[in-house]
Amino acid sequence: MKTDFRYMRRKIFGTMMLGLSILAALAAVSMLFWILGYTFIKGISAVNLDFFTKLPTPVGVPGGGLANSIVGSIIVVGMAALMAIPVGIATAIYLSEYGRGFFASTVRFVSDVLAGVPAIVAGIVAYALVVTRMHRFSAFSGSVSLALLMLPIIIRSSEEIFRTVPDTLREASFALGVPKWKTILSIVLKTASGGLVTGTILAIARVGGEAAPLLFTSFSNSFWNFNPGQPMATLPVDLFNYSISPYQDWQQKAWAAALVLVGMVLILNISARLYLARKGFKRNG
Amino acid sequence: MAERLSRKKILSPEKIFMGMTGVFSLSVLLISALVVYELFSASEPTFQKFGLKFLVSKEWDPVQKVYGALPFIWGTFYTSFIALLIALPVSLGIAIFLSELAPAWLRSSVGFLIELLAAIPSLIFGLWGLFVLSPILQQYIEPPLSNLSWLPFFKGYPLGLGFLNAGLLLAVMIIPTISSISRDVMYTVPANQREGGLALGMTRWEVVSKVVVPNSRSGILGAVVLGLGRALGETMAVTMVIGNTPQFSLSLLDPGYTISSAIANQFTEAFDKLQISALIELGLILFVISVIINAFAKLLMLRMNRFSGGARI
Repeated sequence: MKTDFRYMRRKIFGTMMLGLSILAALAAVSMLFWILGYTFIKGISAVNLDFFTKLPTPVGVPGGGLANSIVGSIIVVGMAALMAIPVGIATAIYLSEYGRGFFASTVRFVSDVLAGVPAIVAGIVAYALVVTRMHRFSAFSGSVSLALLMLPIIIRSSEEIFRTVPDTLREASFALGVPKWKTILSIVLKTASGGLVTGTILAIARVGGEAAPLLFTSFSNSFWNFNPGQPMATLPVDLFNYSISPYQDWQQKAWAAALVLVGMVLILNISARLYLARKGFKRNG
Repeated sequence: MAERLSRKKILSPEKIFMGMTGVFSLSVLLISALVVYELFSASEPTFQKFGLKFLVSKEWDPVQKVYGALPFIWGTFYTSFIALLIALPVSLGIAIFLSELAPAWLRSSVGFLIELLAAIPSLIFGLWGLFVLSPILQQYIEPPLSNLSWLPFFKGYPLGLGFLNAGLLLAVMIIPTISSISRDVMYTVPANQREGGLALGMTRWEVVSKVVVPNSRSGILGAVVLGLGRALGETMAVTMVIGNTPQFSLSLLDPGYTISSAIANQFTEAFDKLQISALIELGLILFVISVIINAFAKLLMLRMNRFSGGARI
Protein backbone atom coordinates (compact mmCIF):
# COMPACT_ATOMS: atom_id res chain seq x y z
CA MET A 1 0.00 0.00 0.00
CA LYS A 2 2.77 2.33 0.99
CA THR A 3 4.79 1.70 -2.20
CA ASP A 4 1.72 2.42 -4.24
CA PHE A 5 1.48 5.81 -2.62
CA ARG A 6 5.11 6.53 -3.37
CA TYR A 7 4.68 5.51 -6.98
CA MET A 8 1.69 7.85 -7.25
CA ARG A 9 3.78 10.67 -5.89
CA ARG A 10 6.54 10.05 -8.41
CA LYS A 11 4.00 9.83 -11.17
CA ILE A 12 2.32 13.11 -10.19
CA PHE A 13 5.65 14.92 -9.83
CA GLY A 14 6.73 13.61 -13.23
CA THR A 15 3.53 14.68 -14.93
CA MET A 16 3.94 18.12 -13.38
CA MET A 17 7.49 18.49 -14.69
CA LEU A 18 6.52 17.30 -18.16
CA GLY A 19 3.61 19.75 -18.03
CA LEU A 20 6.12 22.51 -17.27
CA SER A 21 8.14 21.55 -20.34
CA ILE A 22 5.03 21.85 -22.50
CA LEU A 23 4.49 25.26 -20.92
CA ALA A 24 8.05 26.27 -21.83
CA ALA A 25 7.48 25.43 -25.49
CA LEU A 26 4.17 27.26 -25.41
CA ALA A 27 5.84 30.31 -23.86
CA ALA A 28 8.52 30.46 -26.56
CA VAL A 29 5.99 30.15 -29.37
CA SER A 30 3.75 32.79 -27.86
CA MET A 31 6.73 35.16 -27.49
CA LEU A 32 7.23 34.80 -31.24
CA PHE A 33 3.62 35.66 -31.97
CA TRP A 34 3.58 38.47 -29.42
CA ILE A 35 6.64 40.18 -30.91
CA LEU A 36 5.61 39.63 -34.53
CA GLY A 37 1.96 40.51 -33.88
CA TYR A 38 2.81 43.72 -32.03
CA THR A 39 5.22 44.77 -34.78
CA PHE A 40 2.58 44.07 -37.38
CA ILE A 41 -0.17 46.04 -35.63
CA LYS A 42 2.07 49.03 -34.87
CA GLY A 43 3.75 48.97 -38.26
CA ILE A 44 0.82 48.42 -40.59
CA SER A 45 -0.80 51.72 -39.65
CA ALA A 46 2.38 53.62 -40.55
CA VAL A 47 3.20 51.78 -43.77
CA ASN A 48 1.87 53.36 -46.93
CA LEU A 49 3.02 53.97 -50.48
CA ASP A 50 4.95 57.09 -49.44
CA PHE A 51 7.04 55.00 -47.10
CA PHE A 52 8.47 53.10 -50.06
CA THR A 53 8.71 55.97 -52.55
CA LYS A 54 9.53 59.20 -50.68
CA LEU A 55 12.60 60.56 -48.96
CA PRO A 56 12.58 61.26 -45.20
CA THR A 57 11.20 64.63 -44.11
CA PRO A 58 12.69 66.83 -41.35
CA VAL A 59 11.23 66.57 -37.85
CA GLY A 60 7.77 68.09 -37.68
CA VAL A 61 7.07 67.86 -41.39
CA PRO A 62 4.49 65.11 -41.83
CA GLY A 63 4.69 62.52 -44.57
CA GLY A 64 7.79 61.29 -46.27
CA GLY A 65 9.25 57.82 -46.31
CA LEU A 66 12.40 55.81 -46.19
CA ALA A 67 12.81 54.96 -49.86
CA ASN A 68 16.51 55.84 -49.77
CA SER A 69 17.29 53.55 -46.87
CA ILE A 70 15.39 50.61 -48.35
CA VAL A 71 17.43 50.94 -51.54
CA GLY A 72 20.55 51.62 -49.46
CA SER A 73 20.07 48.38 -47.52
CA ILE A 74 19.79 46.44 -50.76
CA ILE A 75 22.99 48.04 -52.11
CA VAL A 76 25.04 47.56 -48.93
CA VAL A 77 23.91 43.96 -48.41
CA GLY A 78 24.30 43.22 -52.13
CA MET A 79 27.92 44.44 -52.19
CA ALA A 80 28.63 42.37 -49.08
CA ALA A 81 27.18 39.30 -50.78
CA LEU A 82 29.33 39.90 -53.86
CA MET A 83 32.42 39.91 -51.65
CA ALA A 84 31.54 36.99 -49.40
CA ILE A 85 29.89 34.48 -51.77
CA PRO A 86 32.81 33.71 -54.14
CA VAL A 87 35.35 33.43 -51.32
CA GLY A 88 32.93 31.40 -49.18
CA ILE A 89 31.94 28.90 -51.85
CA ALA A 90 35.49 28.45 -53.18
CA THR A 91 36.70 27.80 -49.63
CA ALA A 92 33.88 25.33 -49.06
CA ILE A 93 34.84 23.49 -52.29
CA TYR A 94 38.40 23.18 -51.06
CA LEU A 95 37.32 21.99 -47.61
CA SER A 96 34.88 19.35 -48.82
CA GLU A 97 36.67 18.11 -51.95
CA TYR A 98 40.36 18.42 -51.13
CA GLY A 99 40.60 19.30 -47.45
CA ARG A 100 41.88 16.47 -45.31
CA GLY A 101 45.05 17.60 -43.62
CA PHE A 102 46.04 20.04 -40.92
CA PHE A 103 45.60 23.12 -43.12
CA ALA A 104 41.96 22.27 -43.87
CA SER A 105 41.06 21.59 -40.26
CA THR A 106 42.70 24.86 -39.26
CA VAL A 107 40.62 26.76 -41.83
CA ARG A 108 37.51 24.96 -40.60
CA PHE A 109 38.26 25.77 -36.98
CA VAL A 110 39.09 29.41 -37.69
CA SER A 111 35.96 29.95 -39.76
CA ASP A 112 33.82 28.37 -37.04
CA VAL A 113 35.37 30.71 -34.47
CA LEU A 114 34.91 33.64 -36.87
CA ALA A 115 31.21 32.72 -37.04
CA GLY A 116 30.91 33.55 -33.34
CA VAL A 117 32.45 37.02 -33.58
CA PRO A 118 29.86 39.59 -32.51
CA ALA A 119 28.45 41.80 -35.26
CA ILE A 120 29.63 44.96 -33.55
CA VAL A 121 33.24 43.73 -33.61
CA ALA A 122 32.95 43.23 -37.38
CA GLY A 123 31.87 46.88 -37.51
CA ILE A 124 34.93 48.00 -35.57
CA VAL A 125 37.23 46.02 -37.84
CA ALA A 126 35.67 47.59 -40.94
CA TYR A 127 36.01 51.00 -39.28
CA ALA A 128 39.71 50.50 -38.54
CA LEU A 129 40.34 48.92 -41.93
CA VAL A 130 38.37 51.20 -44.26
CA VAL A 131 36.91 54.26 -42.55
CA THR A 132 40.13 55.44 -40.90
CA ARG A 133 41.97 55.07 -44.22
CA MET A 134 39.31 56.76 -46.37
CA HIS A 135 38.71 59.40 -43.68
CA ARG A 136 34.95 59.15 -44.05
CA PHE A 137 32.02 56.84 -43.46
CA SER A 138 31.05 54.91 -46.58
CA ALA A 139 28.63 52.31 -47.85
CA PHE A 140 31.62 50.25 -48.92
CA SER A 141 32.94 49.98 -45.37
CA GLY A 142 29.50 48.84 -44.24
CA SER A 143 29.58 46.13 -46.88
CA VAL A 144 33.00 45.02 -45.68
CA SER A 145 31.67 44.55 -42.15
CA LEU A 146 28.64 42.58 -43.36
CA ALA A 147 30.84 40.47 -45.65
CA LEU A 148 32.96 39.56 -42.62
CA LEU A 149 29.80 38.30 -40.91
CA MET A 150 28.52 36.45 -43.99
CA LEU A 151 31.73 34.67 -44.91
CA PRO A 152 31.83 32.04 -42.12
CA ILE A 153 28.08 31.36 -42.45
CA ILE A 154 28.44 30.69 -46.18
CA ILE A 155 31.53 28.51 -45.74
CA ARG A 156 29.83 26.36 -43.15
CA SER A 157 26.51 25.90 -44.94
CA SER A 158 28.12 25.33 -48.36
CA GLU A 159 30.55 22.73 -47.04
CA GLU A 160 27.66 20.86 -45.49
CA ILE A 161 25.73 20.98 -48.77
CA PHE A 162 28.74 19.68 -50.74
CA ARG A 163 29.02 16.78 -48.33
CA THR A 164 25.44 15.74 -49.02
CA VAL A 165 26.31 15.19 -52.70
CA PRO A 166 26.61 11.37 -52.90
CA ASP A 167 30.08 10.01 -53.64
CA THR A 168 28.56 7.64 -56.21
CA LEU A 169 27.92 10.67 -58.45
CA ARG A 170 31.58 11.68 -58.22
CA GLU A 171 32.72 8.12 -58.86
CA ALA A 172 30.44 7.76 -61.88
CA SER A 173 31.99 10.89 -63.32
CA PHE A 174 35.54 9.68 -62.64
CA ALA A 175 34.67 6.37 -64.29
CA LEU A 176 33.76 8.25 -67.45
CA GLY A 177 37.22 9.74 -67.43
CA VAL A 178 36.23 13.22 -66.30
CA PRO A 179 39.01 14.86 -64.28
CA LYS A 180 38.31 15.84 -60.70
CA TRP A 181 38.17 19.59 -61.25
CA LYS A 182 35.63 19.18 -64.06
CA THR A 183 33.64 16.77 -61.91
CA ILE A 184 33.49 19.37 -59.16
CA LEU A 185 32.46 22.16 -61.51
CA SER A 186 29.91 20.28 -63.58
CA ILE A 187 28.60 17.56 -61.24
CA VAL A 188 29.12 18.55 -57.61
CA LEU A 189 28.36 22.27 -58.01
CA LYS A 190 25.33 21.55 -60.16
CA THR A 191 23.89 18.99 -57.77
CA ALA A 192 24.49 21.27 -54.83
CA SER A 193 23.27 24.47 -56.50
CA GLY A 194 19.83 24.49 -54.85
CA GLY A 195 21.34 24.05 -51.42
CA LEU A 196 23.97 26.70 -52.10
CA VAL A 197 21.30 29.22 -53.05
CA THR A 198 19.35 28.38 -49.90
CA GLY A 199 22.41 28.74 -47.67
CA THR A 200 23.30 32.06 -49.28
CA ILE A 201 19.79 33.42 -48.89
CA LEU A 202 19.81 32.43 -45.21
CA ALA A 203 23.12 34.24 -44.77
CA ILE A 204 21.72 37.35 -46.48
CA ALA A 205 18.65 37.25 -44.25
CA ARG A 206 20.88 36.91 -41.21
CA VAL A 207 23.04 39.97 -41.93
CA GLY A 208 20.31 42.03 -43.61
CA GLY A 209 18.78 42.85 -40.24
CA GLU A 210 22.05 43.87 -38.60
CA ALA A 211 22.40 47.47 -37.54
CA ALA A 212 25.33 47.24 -35.12
CA PRO A 213 28.17 47.07 -37.66
CA LEU A 214 26.61 49.71 -39.92
CA LEU A 215 26.18 52.46 -37.30
CA PHE A 216 29.72 53.73 -37.73
CA THR A 217 30.61 52.36 -41.16
CA SER A 218 27.91 53.10 -43.71
CA PHE A 219 26.40 55.63 -41.26
CA SER A 220 23.27 57.33 -42.61
CA ASN A 221 21.93 60.26 -44.59
CA SER A 222 18.55 61.53 -45.67
CA PHE A 223 18.86 61.85 -49.43
CA TRP A 224 19.56 59.67 -52.45
CA ASN A 225 23.12 58.46 -52.74
CA PHE A 226 24.38 55.74 -55.04
CA ASN A 227 28.08 56.31 -54.48
CA PRO A 228 29.57 53.50 -52.37
CA GLY A 229 32.35 55.85 -51.28
CA GLN A 230 29.86 58.04 -49.40
CA PRO A 231 27.65 57.41 -46.35
CA MET A 232 24.46 55.57 -47.22
CA ALA A 233 21.24 55.17 -45.25
CA THR A 234 20.14 51.63 -44.45
CA LEU A 235 16.86 50.38 -43.03
CA PRO A 236 18.28 48.93 -39.77
CA VAL A 237 20.29 52.04 -38.91
CA ASP A 238 17.35 54.36 -39.60
CA LEU A 239 15.10 52.09 -37.57
CA PHE A 240 17.46 52.42 -34.61
CA ASN A 241 17.90 56.19 -34.89
CA TYR A 242 14.16 56.76 -35.25
CA SER A 243 13.18 54.42 -32.42
CA ILE A 244 15.34 56.17 -29.80
CA SER A 245 14.25 59.65 -30.94
CA PRO A 246 11.74 61.51 -28.79
CA TYR A 247 9.43 62.40 -31.70
CA GLN A 248 6.17 60.50 -32.08
CA ASP A 249 6.26 60.80 -35.85
CA TRP A 250 9.72 59.26 -36.01
CA GLN A 251 8.83 56.48 -33.60
CA GLN A 252 5.95 55.60 -35.86
CA LYS A 253 8.31 55.45 -38.79
CA ALA A 254 10.52 53.16 -36.73
CA TRP A 255 7.63 50.71 -36.37
CA ALA A 256 6.94 50.88 -40.09
CA ALA A 257 10.62 50.22 -40.76
CA ALA A 258 10.50 47.33 -38.28
CA LEU A 259 7.57 45.77 -40.11
CA VAL A 260 9.26 46.08 -43.49
CA LEU A 261 12.55 44.74 -42.14
CA VAL A 262 10.96 41.79 -40.35
CA GLY A 263 8.86 41.09 -43.42
CA MET A 264 11.88 41.01 -45.73
CA VAL A 265 14.01 38.93 -43.35
CA LEU A 266 11.28 36.39 -42.60
CA ILE A 267 10.18 36.02 -46.22
CA LEU A 268 13.79 35.28 -47.24
CA ASN A 269 14.25 32.93 -44.32
CA ILE A 270 11.00 31.00 -44.69
CA SER A 271 11.17 30.64 -48.47
CA ALA A 272 14.74 29.32 -48.22
CA ARG A 273 13.71 26.76 -45.61
CA LEU A 274 10.60 25.67 -47.51
CA TYR A 275 12.62 25.25 -50.68
CA LEU A 276 15.16 23.11 -48.86
CA ALA A 277 12.46 21.03 -47.15
CA ARG A 278 10.67 20.37 -50.44
CA LYS A 279 13.89 19.41 -52.13
CA GLY A 280 14.89 17.09 -49.31
CA PHE A 281 11.47 15.50 -49.46
CA LYS A 282 11.80 14.87 -53.19
CA ARG A 283 15.19 13.32 -52.81
CA ASN A 284 13.95 10.90 -50.19
CA GLY A 285 10.65 10.10 -51.80
CA MET B 1 57.65 14.51 -74.52
CA ALA B 2 59.59 15.05 -71.35
CA GLU B 3 58.80 18.73 -71.58
CA ARG B 4 55.12 18.06 -71.94
CA LEU B 5 55.14 15.73 -69.00
CA SER B 6 56.85 18.19 -66.71
CA ARG B 7 54.58 21.02 -67.83
CA LYS B 8 51.61 18.85 -67.12
CA LYS B 9 52.95 18.17 -63.68
CA ILE B 10 53.33 21.83 -62.81
CA LEU B 11 50.36 23.40 -64.51
CA SER B 12 47.66 20.80 -64.96
CA PRO B 13 44.16 22.29 -64.72
CA GLU B 14 43.65 19.98 -61.77
CA LYS B 15 46.43 21.68 -59.84
CA ILE B 16 45.33 25.15 -60.90
CA PHE B 17 41.80 24.52 -59.69
CA MET B 18 42.93 23.01 -56.41
CA GLY B 19 45.43 25.83 -55.96
CA MET B 20 42.79 28.47 -56.56
CA THR B 21 40.35 27.06 -54.05
CA GLY B 22 43.29 26.59 -51.68
CA VAL B 23 44.22 30.25 -52.03
CA PHE B 24 40.67 31.24 -51.13
CA SER B 25 40.87 29.02 -48.04
CA LEU B 26 44.17 30.63 -47.14
CA SER B 27 42.49 34.03 -47.50
CA VAL B 28 40.10 33.07 -44.70
CA LEU B 29 43.09 32.63 -42.40
CA LEU B 30 44.63 35.89 -43.64
CA ILE B 31 41.37 37.78 -43.10
CA SER B 32 41.20 36.47 -39.56
CA ALA B 33 44.79 37.51 -38.95
CA LEU B 34 43.95 40.94 -40.35
CA VAL B 35 41.00 41.22 -37.96
CA VAL B 36 43.26 40.49 -34.99
CA TYR B 37 45.96 42.88 -36.25
CA GLU B 38 43.56 45.77 -36.88
CA LEU B 39 41.95 45.41 -33.44
CA PHE B 40 45.32 45.38 -31.69
CA SER B 41 46.89 48.22 -33.62
CA ALA B 42 43.83 50.50 -33.39
CA SER B 43 43.61 50.08 -29.62
CA GLU B 44 47.27 50.78 -29.06
CA PRO B 45 46.92 54.43 -27.85
CA THR B 46 44.73 53.40 -24.91
CA PHE B 47 46.89 50.42 -24.18
CA GLN B 48 49.96 52.64 -24.01
CA LYS B 49 48.26 55.18 -21.78
CA PHE B 50 46.42 52.90 -19.34
CA GLY B 51 48.00 49.47 -19.80
CA LEU B 52 46.27 46.67 -17.96
CA LYS B 53 44.66 49.19 -15.60
CA PHE B 54 42.11 49.70 -18.39
CA LEU B 55 40.59 46.34 -17.49
CA VAL B 56 40.07 47.07 -13.79
CA SER B 57 39.41 50.81 -13.70
CA LYS B 58 35.85 51.87 -12.96
CA GLU B 59 36.15 55.37 -14.35
CA TRP B 60 34.82 56.26 -17.81
CA ASP B 61 34.96 59.98 -18.33
CA PRO B 62 35.41 61.32 -21.87
CA VAL B 63 35.68 64.88 -20.55
CA GLN B 64 38.64 64.07 -18.29
CA LYS B 65 39.95 61.61 -20.89
CA VAL B 66 40.01 58.79 -18.36
CA TYR B 67 38.84 55.41 -19.56
CA GLY B 68 38.27 52.15 -17.69
CA ALA B 69 36.42 49.10 -18.94
CA LEU B 70 35.23 47.46 -15.74
CA PRO B 71 31.60 48.72 -15.66
CA PHE B 72 31.13 47.56 -19.25
CA ILE B 73 32.74 44.16 -18.71
CA TRP B 74 30.57 43.75 -15.62
CA GLY B 75 27.40 44.74 -17.46
CA THR B 76 28.17 42.36 -20.31
CA PHE B 77 28.69 39.37 -18.05
CA TYR B 78 25.89 40.24 -15.62
CA THR B 79 23.20 40.60 -18.30
CA SER B 80 24.38 37.39 -19.99
CA PHE B 81 24.35 35.55 -16.67
CA ILE B 82 20.76 36.68 -15.97
CA ALA B 83 19.82 35.59 -19.48
CA LEU B 84 21.34 32.13 -19.00
CA LEU B 85 19.63 31.71 -15.64
CA ILE B 86 16.26 32.24 -17.31
CA ALA B 87 16.97 30.65 -20.68
CA LEU B 88 18.51 27.37 -19.51
CA PRO B 89 15.48 25.86 -17.74
CA VAL B 90 13.08 27.10 -20.41
CA SER B 91 15.28 25.77 -23.21
CA LEU B 92 15.66 22.39 -21.52
CA GLY B 93 11.88 22.26 -21.15
CA ILE B 94 11.46 22.99 -24.85
CA ALA B 95 14.07 20.42 -25.82
CA ILE B 96 12.41 17.78 -23.62
CA PHE B 97 9.03 18.61 -25.10
CA LEU B 98 10.32 18.39 -28.67
CA SER B 99 12.40 15.25 -28.29
CA GLU B 100 10.34 13.21 -25.79
CA LEU B 101 6.73 14.33 -25.76
CA ALA B 102 5.56 15.98 -28.95
CA PRO B 103 3.91 13.98 -31.72
CA ALA B 104 5.73 14.19 -35.06
CA TRP B 105 3.56 16.87 -36.67
CA LEU B 106 3.83 19.16 -33.65
CA ARG B 107 7.55 18.48 -33.34
CA SER B 108 8.45 19.91 -36.73
CA SER B 109 6.09 22.89 -36.62
CA VAL B 110 7.00 23.97 -33.06
CA GLY B 111 10.66 23.44 -33.86
CA PHE B 112 10.26 25.59 -36.96
CA LEU B 113 8.53 28.40 -35.03
CA ILE B 114 11.22 28.45 -32.34
CA GLU B 115 13.94 28.60 -34.96
CA LEU B 116 12.06 31.46 -36.56
CA LEU B 117 12.44 33.33 -33.26
CA ALA B 118 16.20 33.18 -33.88
CA ALA B 119 15.77 34.76 -37.31
CA ILE B 120 14.12 37.95 -36.01
CA PRO B 121 16.62 40.83 -36.11
CA SER B 122 17.98 42.03 -32.80
CA LEU B 123 16.53 45.51 -33.43
CA ILE B 124 12.98 44.17 -33.36
CA PHE B 125 13.58 42.61 -29.95
CA GLY B 126 14.95 45.96 -28.82
CA LEU B 127 11.91 47.82 -30.08
CA TRP B 128 9.63 45.36 -28.30
CA GLY B 129 11.70 45.61 -25.12
CA LEU B 130 11.61 49.39 -25.21
CA PHE B 131 7.93 49.93 -25.96
CA VAL B 132 6.25 46.78 -24.57
CA LEU B 133 8.38 45.05 -21.96
CA SER B 134 9.73 48.18 -20.29
CA PRO B 135 6.31 49.67 -19.31
CA ILE B 136 5.16 46.24 -18.08
CA LEU B 137 8.26 45.87 -15.91
CA GLN B 138 7.99 49.41 -14.61
CA GLN B 139 4.35 49.16 -13.60
CA TYR B 140 3.79 45.57 -12.57
CA ILE B 141 6.99 43.64 -11.99
CA GLU B 142 9.58 46.00 -10.58
CA PRO B 143 7.54 47.80 -7.86
CA PRO B 144 6.89 44.56 -5.91
CA LEU B 145 10.54 43.57 -6.43
CA SER B 146 11.75 46.88 -5.05
CA ASN B 147 9.93 46.06 -1.80
CA LEU B 148 12.61 43.42 -1.32
CA SER B 149 15.26 46.13 -1.33
CA TRP B 150 17.04 44.59 1.67
CA LEU B 151 18.43 42.19 -0.91
CA PRO B 152 21.19 43.79 -3.00
CA PHE B 153 19.55 42.44 -6.14
CA PHE B 154 16.44 44.56 -5.79
CA LYS B 155 17.78 47.93 -4.65
CA GLY B 156 16.77 50.95 -6.64
CA TYR B 157 13.80 52.45 -8.42
CA PRO B 158 11.53 50.77 -10.94
CA LEU B 159 12.71 52.36 -14.19
CA GLY B 160 11.72 49.63 -16.59
CA LEU B 161 15.14 49.94 -18.22
CA GLY B 162 18.21 48.18 -16.89
CA PHE B 163 19.75 44.81 -16.16
CA LEU B 164 16.43 42.99 -15.71
CA ASN B 165 14.98 44.14 -19.01
CA ALA B 166 18.20 43.42 -20.90
CA GLY B 167 18.57 40.01 -19.25
CA LEU B 168 15.00 39.04 -20.12
CA LEU B 169 15.39 40.13 -23.75
CA LEU B 170 18.67 38.26 -24.07
CA ALA B 171 17.02 35.18 -22.57
CA VAL B 172 14.34 35.21 -25.27
CA MET B 173 17.03 35.70 -27.91
CA ILE B 174 19.23 32.79 -26.84
CA ILE B 175 16.43 30.31 -26.10
CA PRO B 176 16.28 29.18 -29.78
CA THR B 177 20.04 28.51 -29.82
CA ILE B 178 20.13 26.51 -26.60
CA SER B 179 16.88 24.62 -27.14
CA SER B 180 17.51 23.52 -30.73
CA ILE B 181 21.00 22.20 -30.00
CA SER B 182 19.82 20.45 -26.81
CA ARG B 183 16.97 18.88 -28.74
CA ASP B 184 19.34 17.58 -31.42
CA VAL B 185 21.57 16.09 -28.74
CA MET B 186 18.64 14.46 -26.92
CA TYR B 187 17.53 12.86 -30.21
CA THR B 188 20.83 11.02 -30.35
CA VAL B 189 20.29 9.24 -27.03
CA PRO B 190 19.60 5.65 -28.16
CA ALA B 191 16.06 4.35 -27.71
CA ASN B 192 17.22 1.25 -25.85
CA GLN B 193 18.55 3.47 -23.04
CA ARG B 194 15.06 4.88 -22.56
CA GLU B 195 13.52 1.43 -22.77
CA GLY B 196 15.98 0.17 -20.18
CA GLY B 197 14.85 2.92 -17.83
CA LEU B 198 11.17 2.16 -18.43
CA ALA B 199 11.81 -1.55 -17.90
CA LEU B 200 13.27 -0.75 -14.47
CA GLY B 201 9.98 0.85 -13.54
CA MET B 202 10.95 4.49 -14.02
CA THR B 203 8.24 7.03 -14.74
CA ARG B 204 8.45 8.96 -17.98
CA TRP B 205 9.92 12.00 -16.20
CA GLU B 206 12.51 9.86 -14.45
CA VAL B 207 13.62 8.51 -17.81
CA VAL B 208 14.03 12.08 -19.00
CA SER B 209 15.81 13.41 -15.91
CA LYS B 210 17.94 10.36 -15.09
CA VAL B 211 18.68 8.91 -18.52
CA VAL B 212 18.17 11.38 -21.36
CA VAL B 213 19.49 14.59 -19.79
CA PRO B 214 22.60 13.06 -18.12
CA ASN B 215 23.41 11.30 -21.38
CA SER B 216 23.33 14.58 -23.30
CA ARG B 217 25.05 16.77 -20.73
CA SER B 218 28.18 17.58 -22.73
CA GLY B 219 26.02 18.60 -25.70
CA ILE B 220 23.85 20.73 -23.42
CA LEU B 221 26.98 22.34 -22.02
CA GLY B 222 28.06 23.13 -25.58
CA ALA B 223 24.64 24.66 -26.25
CA VAL B 224 24.90 26.80 -23.13
CA VAL B 225 28.36 28.00 -24.09
CA LEU B 226 27.18 28.96 -27.58
CA GLY B 227 24.13 30.71 -26.10
CA LEU B 228 26.42 32.59 -23.75
CA GLY B 229 28.55 33.63 -26.71
CA ARG B 230 25.52 35.01 -28.47
CA ALA B 231 24.34 36.88 -25.36
CA LEU B 232 27.74 38.46 -24.66
CA GLY B 233 28.02 39.96 -28.12
CA GLU B 234 24.41 40.99 -28.62
CA THR B 235 24.23 44.70 -29.30
CA MET B 236 21.16 46.50 -30.58
CA ALA B 237 18.48 44.98 -28.34
CA VAL B 238 20.60 45.53 -25.23
CA THR B 239 21.54 49.07 -26.24
CA MET B 240 17.88 50.03 -26.42
CA VAL B 241 16.90 48.72 -22.97
CA ILE B 242 19.98 48.69 -20.71
CA GLY B 243 19.69 52.34 -19.68
CA ASN B 244 23.24 53.26 -20.72
CA THR B 245 24.75 54.19 -17.35
CA PRO B 246 28.27 52.94 -16.72
CA GLN B 247 28.00 51.66 -13.16
CA PHE B 248 28.97 48.64 -11.17
CA SER B 249 25.77 47.40 -9.58
CA LEU B 250 24.28 44.10 -8.48
CA SER B 251 20.72 45.37 -8.60
CA LEU B 252 18.49 44.06 -11.35
CA LEU B 253 16.55 47.31 -11.28
CA ASP B 254 19.55 49.53 -11.95
CA PRO B 255 20.47 50.76 -15.40
CA GLY B 256 23.87 49.63 -16.68
CA TYR B 257 26.00 49.46 -19.78
CA THR B 258 27.57 46.66 -21.78
CA ILE B 259 30.68 46.59 -23.96
CA SER B 260 28.68 46.29 -27.15
CA SER B 261 26.18 49.01 -26.28
CA ALA B 262 28.98 51.39 -25.28
CA ILE B 263 30.51 50.92 -28.71
CA ALA B 264 27.17 51.31 -30.48
CA ASN B 265 26.26 54.47 -28.56
CA GLN B 266 29.51 56.35 -28.32
CA PHE B 267 31.42 55.50 -31.45
CA THR B 268 29.82 58.00 -33.82
CA GLU B 269 29.84 60.72 -31.18
CA ALA B 270 33.45 60.27 -30.15
CA PHE B 271 35.70 62.93 -31.64
CA ASP B 272 38.56 62.45 -29.24
CA LYS B 273 41.07 59.97 -30.72
CA LEU B 274 41.68 58.44 -27.33
CA GLN B 275 37.99 57.69 -26.81
CA ILE B 276 37.79 55.95 -30.17
CA SER B 277 40.83 53.92 -29.28
CA ALA B 278 39.29 53.05 -25.89
CA LEU B 279 36.10 51.91 -27.61
CA ILE B 280 38.11 49.80 -30.03
CA GLU B 281 39.95 48.23 -27.11
CA LEU B 282 36.53 47.41 -25.62
CA GLY B 283 35.78 45.71 -28.93
CA LEU B 284 39.06 43.82 -28.69
CA ILE B 285 38.08 42.57 -25.22
CA LEU B 286 34.73 41.41 -26.58
CA PHE B 287 36.50 39.74 -29.50
CA VAL B 288 38.89 37.85 -27.21
CA ILE B 289 36.01 36.72 -24.96
CA SER B 290 33.97 35.48 -27.92
CA VAL B 291 36.94 33.67 -29.51
CA ILE B 292 37.66 31.85 -26.24
CA ILE B 293 34.01 30.90 -25.82
CA ASN B 294 33.52 29.70 -29.39
CA ALA B 295 36.78 27.76 -29.43
CA PHE B 296 35.68 26.08 -26.19
CA ALA B 297 32.28 25.20 -27.68
CA LYS B 298 33.95 23.82 -30.79
CA LEU B 299 36.33 21.65 -28.75
CA LEU B 300 33.40 20.35 -26.68
CA MET B 301 31.66 19.42 -29.90
CA LEU B 302 34.73 17.64 -31.28
CA ARG B 303 35.07 15.66 -28.07
CA MET B 304 31.41 14.75 -28.06
CA ASN B 305 31.52 13.60 -31.68
CA ARG B 306 34.51 11.43 -30.95
CA PHE B 307 32.65 9.67 -28.16
CA SER B 308 29.23 9.26 -29.65
CA GLY B 309 29.16 10.44 -33.25
CA GLY B 310 26.38 12.63 -31.93
CA ALA B 311 24.66 15.78 -33.07
CA ARG B 312 26.63 18.74 -34.34
CA ILE B 313 26.58 22.05 -32.64
